[in-house]
Amino acid sequence: MPSLIETRSLTAFYGDLQAVFGVDIRLDAGETIAVIGANGAGKSTLMRSIAGVIANRPEMILHRGEPIGALAAPDVVRRGIALVPEGRKLFPSLTVEENLQVGAYGRKVEGPWTLESIYGLFPILKERRRNPATALSGGQQQMVAIGRALMSNPEILLCDELSLGLAPVIIKDIYAAFSKIRATGAAIVIVEQDIAQALKVADRVYCMMEGRITLSGRPAELDRADIHAAYFGAETHELH
Amino acid sequence: MSFIDTLLQGVLLGGLYALFAAGLSLVFGIMRLVNLAHGDLIVLAAFLILLIVSTFGLDPFLAAVIAAPMMFGIGWLLQYHLLNRTLGKDILPPLLVTFGLSIVIQNGLLEGFTADSRRISAGALETASVNFGGISAGVMPLVTFASAVLVIVALNQLIYRTALGRAFRATSDDVVTASLMGIRPNAIFAIATGLAMMIVTVAALYLGTRANFDPTAGPARLIYAFEAVIIGGLGSLWGTLAGGIILGVAQTVGAAINPEWQILSGHIAFLLVLLFRPRGLFPRAVD
Ligand SMILES: Nc1ncnc2c1ncn2[C@@H]1O[C@H](COP(=O)(O)OP(=O)(O)OP(=O)(O)O)[C@@H](O)[C@H]1O
Ligand SMILES: [Mg+2]
Repeated sequence: MPSLIETRSLTAFYGDLQAVFGVDIRLDAGETIAVIGANGAGKSTLMRSIAGVIANRPEMILHRGEPIGALAAPDVVRRGIALVPEGRKLFPSLTVEENLQVGAYGRKVEGPWTLESIYGLFPILKERRRNPATALSGGQQQMVAIGRALMSNPEILLCDELSLGLAPVIIKDIYAAFSKIRATGAAIVIVEQDIAQALKVADRVYCMMEGRITLSGRPAELDRADIHAAYFGAETHELH
Repeated sequence: MSFIDTLLQGVLLGGLYALFAAGLSLVFGIMRLVNLAHGDLIVLAAFLILLIVSTFGLDPFLAAVIAAPMMFGIGWLLQYHLLNRTLGKDILPPLLVTFGLSIVIQNGLLEGFTADSRRISAGALETASVNFGGISAGVMPLVTFASAVLVIVALNQLIYRTALGRAFRATSDDVVTASLMGIRPNAIFAIATGLAMMIVTVAALYLGTRANFDPTAGPARLIYAFEAVIIGGLGSLWGTLAGGIILGVAQTVGAAINPEWQILSGHIAFLLVLLFRPRGLFPRAVD
């Protein structure tokens, strides 16, 4: 039985600049995995590669065993893989509700997520549904970005730095919604700089540094010092 | 009374200019593409209507209904296979390519239809007029204006009330994020240009029935369209109608004072608006 998503020696480039150097990760059905790493480690590049924003060689990314590395984003969404992009990237010309609706543009399938159930998950969005999306607070905007991705009823939800720029209480609210999303059976990839948050929610964790996976495993099995070394590099580790 | 007459004629003429401009405004709003061949495409559509009228002996309104989907197809193909390749960070390639296209269309029309000026006959409608308490207005100008209002209402409904309209706005905001929603930007752009060409067909119908046109009439239509869009403010279709009306009124009032001033006074009105409201009267786009 092939994994939901598997990357095989994934490399990714911005022009001539290489940002990801041979990454192998795996995501199985119903799992939540976390990808952690410092600024510039290549986490977003990995997410953008899977989502089809960056083109890769076909066999570098497998979805249920089928090569999808070269598919463009609109085709990846149609396969049930949705990305909550870093920085939320809401559409300023659209209201909150329109931002949610546009999330279902390419993939309209029966599933747990409709406008109503997303308003159930984030009640504040219903109150503010006629507002321009960019008039909302950062936390509310993040809720819109998550809801927008859910509107395609994805089997796989990729979340790039949900906590970016948000206050701790708000981060708690956002992650509280996660148990409900997991309960629908979706597999989730979380990208985080916040190690504690990642260890709390993930079944397995991958740590990235300079475009490579430096450590992986189940949170309970990982040693704090090893994570520190894998996250910041050996030099910092030697300081201890 | 004659001043009110002149004013009314100017307002109605503004409807025609708004029709010239609406497609330009739509395309610019969605993909920031300035199509320098827009005027020539209007003239191309006028020749297409003329061809259908003369070949099949159809009524020009019916001919326009047939021409509109053909023009949609031309616009779609043009955008998908040619203009999409020119879009990017650099604004020069689309300008160069559409400038070249303008020349290609003019020469193609010259080859096919000679340099003679033509007209589409609307029969008895051309001279028909209605009277409101002493002020009379031609039926064709009234129908033109009503069509402009209808086109703008329909476009606004499409843009603000439908899934396709949401996709238009989302793609205009951010192409990459739109593609994450399953939107195919190249297809969206092609549909937008196709729609613009349907509006161009409506404009061509009234251009061709109102006055003579020839293969080189496009660039002047482009200038009026530009001026209407800029006066109204980028991104607002009602603003474009207002821009067309201001242009039309300035021209007819100028012509009433001295027939030689017609074109000039339109351009002066445009310059005055630019001077005092550089972003136009009802700007919408933020960038
Ligand atoms: N659009 C781009 N063009 C060129 N280089 C880029 C681009 N985006 C990222 N990079 C480079 O690729 C590398 C990986 O960046 P990436 O954004 O994937 O890191 P990240 O782990 O997501 O970092 P952060 O935690 O800051 O979001 C970095 O060296 C970065 O400078
Ligand atoms: Mg990142």
